[in-house]
This record gives sequence, structure tokens and C-alpha cells, in this order.
Amino acid sequence: MDYIAMSTGFILILIGLFGALTNRNILRMIVAFTVADTGVNLVIVGVGYMRGRTAPILDSAVAAADAVARIIDPVPQALVLTAIVIGVGVTALMLAYAYKLYEKKHTLDIAKFTELKW
Amino acid sequence: MVSRFFVLLLLTGVGAIFVSLMFGYVPDDALNLTARYYAENTVRDTGAANIVTAIVVTYRGLDTLGEVTVLFLTAAIVGLVLAGSQQGRLRREQPAPGELLVTGTRLLVPLTLLLGVYVFVNGHLTPGGGFQGGAILASAILMLLLADPLREFSHPLISAIESISGLVFVAIGLLGMVYAGGFLDNRILPLGTLGDLISAGAIPVIYSFIGLKVGAEFSSMMVNLSETEEP
Repeated sequence: MDYIAMSTGFILILIGLFGALTNRNILRMIVAFTVADTGVNLVIVGVGYMRGRTAPILDSAVAAADAVARIIDPVPQALVLTAIVIGVGVTALMLAYAYKLYEKKHTLDIAKFTELKW
Repeated sequence: MVSRFFVLLLLTGVGAIFVSLMFGYVPDDALNLTARYYAENTVRDTGAANIVTAIVVTYRGLDTLGEVTVLFLTAAIVGLVLAGSQQGRLRREQPAPGELLVTGTRLLVPLTLLLGVYVFVNGHLTPGGGFQGGAILASAILMLLLADPLREFSHPLISAIESISGLVFVAIGLLGMVYAGGFLDNRILPLGTLGDLISAGAIPVIYSFIGLKVGAEFSSMMVNLSETEEP
């Protein structure tokens, strides 16, 4: 199970990198980046998973006393919670800048933006 | 194409690194030191049933403050960058939104708002919390925008909700320095019994305000982006 999640995450990262490097359209690049972002999150959560254990929430099923033996690592989950939120922020910024670029040149083709090319 | 070839070469290299990482990975049998501390002491320290929430709001509360600051900056920069583009939207003939969409929105928006509030109020007991609940709140706003793209949202109201919740968050953190162990310590309120809605000290209060703040920030991003729509 943990290997399925991790390999899916790695494959998503590769797909995202491939899309970001080969697409010419800025919007498609942004979508590719969010795919890679999801892959990274999946890998981190997969690393925190431990076989035969349950979610780090204490209730009638998991008593506080034997929590150490029953729950998975909560730290990667807290990290991914942060990463998802920051990912949303990054995506929103990319979209805003993409709109600005479109407004300037009326195209989203990255090859048309040559100001920083050498 | 040469560039495509180099991209594939690069991806093969990265993929090889990933494969070696995967095969070298050995899952832990027991919790590591940090996780063990959290598992053993969360109930005594914070009284929260959801350990992830205890980490996000109390143990690593300062990081969460930084995180909502990043979100705030993002929302502000999106507003700033797009400010010049939002010249008065012309009222043109819009195709009427479908009856299903309008009626469905009317039915679903209050329920979605309620679900969002439920998720962030119960953040210390169930999976969920301020960030998730805030995103659900913002999805209600997104539904309103879908049903009527030209709807005007009150920017001052959104900013007021956002700034007030941010201020309350910091104020509760400072109260923790005065009445409890340190910044963002949740023991300024009684911890209560594990599993009750009103328990875990200040965590539900802090997470509710984080939920409102995140909801307002996401909404302001979406409203700003939607207002750039070409008339």
C-alpha cells in the first residue's frame, strides 16, 4: 500500500515535470506544476504511512494510552497540510502573473516572451 | 526534436533517482522520536483528540502563523497585480445561467457554508480543521460566482473578516504568553475532557478564526481573478 502511494507520487512528479518542460502554453505549464505538487504531497504522506496502523486521531477505537503502538506518524500529515495551502497560494500567483502576461502580449505562448532570452 | 530529447534524458535521470529512493526505502517499524513525543504527550499537553491539529495549532503554531501570513501576502499580491486589469466591467448580454445551476446553488450554498463551519469547529476532534473548512467556505463563494459571474462581492467585507481573524489569532497567541506557557499556548482555556466539542483549550477558537481567515483569503483570490474576466 505504501509502495503504491509512493510510486504514484513519483510518477505524478515525472508527469508534471514533463508537462512543464515540454508545453509551450503557460496555462498548461501551471496545470503541470500543480500535478507535480500533488505528487510531492503524495510521496510525503506515503513516507509517513506505517503498515497495520491507523490515523493519528484518538477516540474510542484508539485509546490515548496505547497511541504509540497504534497510530502512524502525524508529522508528515501536518507538513502536507502546510504544503497544500502554500501550493494553492503559488498557483493563484502563477495564474495572476499569467493573466498579466496575456494582457501585455495577447498570447500565452512562452516562446513569444523573449525579453529574458539570451 | 533536440529539446524533447534532453527533456526525456533529464526525466530518465530523475526517474532513476526516484527508483533508487523507492528501493532503498525501509518503512519504520516504530514511531520516530518526534512522533513518539507527540503520540505520548498530546492529550496531556493540549487535550486535542486529533494529533495533527495539535501539531499544527499548538506545537507548531508559529509555523501556522507564518503560513497564514504567506496566504495573506498571496491574496494581497494577486489583488495588487490584477488591480489595473479590473476596469469597470461592462454589463453585456450574458447567456442566462441554467435553471439547474441557479436553483442548485441556492440550495447548496447554505449547506456548504454549514459544512465548512462544522469542519473547522470540529478540527480538534475529527479529520479537518481551519484550512480545510476555509477551503469549503471558499467553494461556496465559487459556486455563487459560477451561477452569476457578474455578481459583486464586497471587498471591504472580505478584508474586514480577514484582518479581524488574523488579529484575533495573534491576540490569542499573545494571551498565551501572559496566562500560559508561551506564544500560542492553548492552555489559557480549560482543557476539558478528551473528545468533547468544547475541549482542548484555545484550539477550537484559534482554528475557527484560521478557518474564517483562510476562507476570506481564498475568496478574495477567486473574486479578484474572476473580476478580470474580459467584458
